[in-house]
Amino acid sequence: MSLIPKPTGTANRTTRVLGAGALVTAAFTAWVGLIESPPDVTQGQLVRIIYVHPAAATACYVAFGLCALSSVAYLWPRTRSRRWDLLAGASAEVGVVFCVLTLVTGSIWGRGSWGVWWTWDARLTLTALLLALFLGYLALRRSGGDGESRARRSAVAAVCFSVVVPIDHYATSWWRTLHQGDTLLKVDPSIHGWQLVGMAASFVAQLLILSWLLLHRYRLEQLEDRYETEGFAAALTERRAEAAVDAGSAAALAPTPTAQAAPEASSAPAGQPAPERENSQ
Amino acid sequence: MWRDALAVAAKDLRIEARSRVTTNQVAPYAVLVLLLFGFAFDQNTQLLRQAAPGLFWVAVLFSSLLAVARSFALESADGARDGLRMWGLDPAGVFLGKAAAVAVQLFGLEILLGGGIVFLFGTDLRGWGLLVASTVAATIGLAASGTVYGMMAAGLRVRETLLPLLMLPVVAPVLLGATEAWRVALALTSDDGWRWFTLLGTFASIYCALGVLGFGALLEGA
Amino acid sequence: MAPAIRLRSAVALAGHYPLLSGLDLDVAAGEVVLVRGANGAGKSSLLRVCAGLIPLSGGGGEVLGVDLYGDLRQLRRRIGLLGHASGLYDDLTVEDNVRFQVRAGRGTPGAVGPALEQLGLAGRLRTVAVHKLSAGQRRRTAIAALVARNPELWLLDEPHAGLDSEHRDLLDNLVRAAAAGGATVVLASHEAERAGLLAERTVTVGGGTVVADSSTPPPPRGSEPEAQAAHVA
Repeated sequence: MSLIPKPTGTANRTTRVLGAGALVTAAFTAWVGLIESPPDVTQGQLVRIIYVHPAAATACYVAFGLCALSSVAYLWPRTRSRRWDLLAGASAEVGVVFCVLTLVTGSIWGRGSWGVWWTWDARLTLTALLLALFLGYLALRRSGGDGESRARRSAVAAVCFSVVVPIDHYATSWWRTLHQGDTLLKVDPSIHGWQLVGMAASFVAQLLILSWLLLHRYRLEQLEDRYETEGFAAALTERRAEAAVDAGSAAALAPTPTAQAAPEASSAPAGQPAPERENSQ
Repeated sequence: MWRDALAVAAKDLRIEARSRVTTNQVAPYAVLVLLLFGFAFDQNTQLLRQAAPGLFWVAVLFSSLLAVARSFALESADGARDGLRMWGLDPAGVFLGKAAAVAVQLFGLEILLGGGIVFLFGTDLRGWGLLVASTVAATIGLAASGTVYGMMAAGLRVRETLLPLLMLPVVAPVLLGATEAWRVALALTSDDGWRWFTLLGTFASIYCALGVLGFGALLEGA
Repeated sequence: MAPAIRLRSAVALAGHYPLLSGLDLDVAAGEVVLVRGANGAGKSSLLRVCAGLIPLSGGGGEVLGVDLYGDLRQLRRRIGLLGHASGLYDDLTVEDNVRFQVRAGRGTPGAVGPALEQLGLAGRLRTVAVHKLSAGQRRRTAIAALVARNPELWLLDEPHAGLDSEHRDLLDNLVRAAAAGGATVVLASHEAERAGLLAERTVTVGGGTVVADSSTPPPPRGSEPEAQAAHVA
């Protein structure tokens, strides 16, 4: 019923360009990070995490922010479109990937610096909360029924989660200052030379990777959505076919029920409250 | 909207009065949680007294999960959820009514649990201004956010496991804020307790606003 | 007078399954219509769409003058749906339930008493919690709530189910009284005999669309489904 050729994948020219760019910048970052730049005076080799952690955190926040914004766009009547719902789902998933990366690198840093896997650093704790929130969001997306109501429910959830983030930010930072926590990642403002180059490159690389993943995931959602819509067209045709069958049987029955009590008794036994009827909810 | 809110709150509380689920099931559960904390902390009374505010609020949090789940379970008995839409109630009113009923039940539980920590952990309750204010703000926040997420999860097959997953990360700041406010009130720490109250109040206001604005969309989606 | 129900190529979905696949229907105010059809044909879905519980995904419709794509809340107060589920709260008494529904629909509280009396629930059963009632008693409670709210449009889905013959007659009288009072009644039933006596018009539903209507001559076979398909797609 569809004359559009079925695509064989989610790649297109944009993703290939992005992918190539991401690969190149990531390689460059790795080279700068691991080879060219010197080890830090105080932190030694551990400082190399600086080429992964801050960029991953930024990518994570960008992705979650995108999820929130597209959810708002979906709910706003004037811009309502399925596209925003798909984008929200895709960006939440990709965001979770970067969030886990942020937490893991942060944890490694903490372990290297203070010997513990988890420090209750304000920002890290906030990121962990964000992870929990968006895992819940993804669980909600997977458990809802059909497209429209699921999209609406997820969009409302995303907005509700997002408004909590500033509150979480204040709560965690007040909490930590109470306990004189050590802050992770004190970025030296006088950063320069290879370290600066490395960090800048890492940001570019991670954002490119983010875009690449996001595009692929978004297109995957689009394809799934299309698959379901086409399935619907088939279901509609089938349903109408039932109508033709029922029309045939209805024509065989007389319009005035009182005159044809006997045939009625065979097709729908009077007095029985139709117990086998399926509830088409 | 207010009339519908009152009607729904009255209905929910009347159902609670008849079925006594909160008093007979949730309350003992909450006290049991406190008892189990005692076991977990190996009856280290010094530690328990220090940790009492946090333990109190964790117990309240877990009880709120049950209270919210119950609030929506009674609606799905025999098509009553359709009824909420069918009878022409204002969704914002339904939200406020349900949240209010949950809040009332939580207040009752908190009084009981307050007695519990005095009795079991030897807490000395004082600083009543901050204590009561922060408790009211926190409870309203819990009830409002719980009702929003309860509605989201209502009607889904996996609602029993989904609701805690949705609610707990969201109410984490409430737990934090209320615990810190209580610690200041009970003079376990020195800090500006009222800024925590402001945090709790902001959270509660935001979720009340979200509920009033968004409940219509959620109700239709169910 | 404005029609009570007006549906044009209405399509309604449950997930991706089309409950209604392009349905046309006109019901004038004050009519009593019987809806028949096999199981799964779409009778309940039709009633629920008219009640505004299932949104339209295609086509157009107006019930009591209110567009089905618009704000449905005002509409719902003027409609009474008696579905398969009773919509009652198990822990509340008969009277509490009826009173709550009337209050929610901004009805007159004074109508509760007479409605309970009419359905024979005013005596001992008045203060019994719903979960202790039999299926027939629950149905009567739901009917009492409907009667007390006195809506303009009655949508009844298998209303006789679970009632004994005395109460079936009672229900028939209530339907006649409502119609005489100007309400429109749409009634889905397998009980062609009894329901046929109440209704002046019979509509047969199949495959999510209307296949026969006793008030109009049957459409030429073969032309309708295509026209509806083109409209919806």
